Amino acid sequence: MTFIYLVIFGFLATAVLGLVASWIDRKVTARVQYRVGPPFLQPLIDLVKLLGKETLIPEGASKTTFLLAPVIGISGVIVVSTIFWVNQFFGAGFDGDWIVCIYLLTIPSLSLILAGFASANPLASLGASREMKLVLAYELPFILAVLVPVIQTHIQSDSWSASIRLGGILAAQQTGIFAGSISGILALIVVIMCVQAKLALVPFDIPEAETEIVEGPIVEYSGPSLAIFKLMKNMLLFVLPFFMMILFFGGIRLDGINILWSILEYVGIVAIICVIRNTNPRVRIDQAVRFFWGPMTVIAALAVILAMNGL
Amino acid sequence: MSLKLKALLKSPWVFHLSTGSCNNCDIETLDCLTPRFDIERFGMLLVGSIKHADVLLVSGSCNRMSVERLKILWEQVPRPCLVIGIGTCTGSRGLFRDSYNCPVPLDAIIPVDVYIPGCPPKPEAIIAGVVKLIQKVGGA
Repeated sequence: MTFIYLVIFGFLATAVLGLVASWIDRKVTARVQYRVGPPFLQPLIDLVKLLGKETLIPEGASKTTFLLAPVIGISGVIVVSTIFWVNQFFGAGFDGDWIVCIYLLTIPSLSLILAGFASANPLASLGASREMKLVLAYELPFILAVLVPVIQTHIQSDSWSASIRLGGILAAQQTGIFAGSISGILALIVVIMCVQAKLALVPFDIPEAETEIVEGPIVEYSGPSLAIFKLMKNMLLFVLPFFMMILFFGGIRLDGINILWSILEYVGIVAIICVIRNTNPRVRIDQAVRFFWGPMTVIAALAVILAMNGL
Repeated sequence: MSLKLKALLKSPWVFHLSTGSCNNCDIETLDCLTPRFDIERFGMLLVGSIKHADVLLVSGSCNRMSVERLKILWEQVPRPCLVIGIGTCTGSRGLFRDSYNCPVPLDAIIPVDVYIPGCPPKPEAIIAGVVKLIQKVGGA
């Protein structure tokens, strides 16, 4: 059963939905720029093509770490998406899986840092150090903001064991979603900004910055290992909106008209991420750190205080 | 045609290298990405790193300084890889035919799959050249 959860849901379903999400992203970007955009199967074709290419290991690189980094990253994403799926559809979470999810969601960033430093390339090292600073910047407001649903669940159910598990958070939203309260909306705004940085999209694509440090940490990757990194990014584009839906919108629901709402919520979140990405310039790393430790942390703290008071 | 090649032809990622061109060909290449032509329809992307590239797009007259860099880059492209020479300079060295600095055309240095002549070629000509390349490699 664990195998089915991990392979069918954690990997296959997430990968397929992630590829669809990345197509939505590219298509919306194209439409914003008055272009036609790529065909529907384009993300899949890109992956198949990359799998057929040669893997080059740069001279002076740490070979094992270089090849292991994408695998570490994608396994983190697979495990965290499995936790989401089993909580959503099989009611099989465990106490404290909320905390585990927060930890696992930083593994993709860690794998990029590893990849960057193992590449023996100045641009990659620069990208990795920027990624590290960005992780330090967005984790504080992110954790504060995702604490809001936990506090709200605690107020409703009055038990800590229910409120630090995703199943409990989902159950508490059967009567009303958390995005409907003031603290929920504030926390959602902060989470959207942090997700933008987690996905390394404009305005927080400082680690990859194609025009200055050509893709940053993954500059030396080619062939299958690049394919794994691309797939990891695409899967994150599904996993992070899914996390937001579980925390703030009551998850994916498959009964009756709610299917349509779930799809609309998901596409809407991806489209919002995409529109933010297309209407903003890239900020510098110091501006990003100031933005996350300043206004975003203040808003997140405010949301936590409001949630404590039951708003 | 193998799946590998089929996928390659449907998503060729292009690395653009100027070997001392006058920038006209480079501007016309970037024109292909604009809304009017939008080559992302065919899955083509302009990538910044040679390690991500499938197509090496060379413009310019291959002068003595850039030939060394061109050879290094050609060795670094992950195979399979295709080469497009863009502009008259890469084909026949054009204006620089008698120059001391441009001893040989591009195909004397690396194997070239398709030439797109013009000074500079129009974006339509570039797209037509890429279509010919796809037909040639795909055997259609």
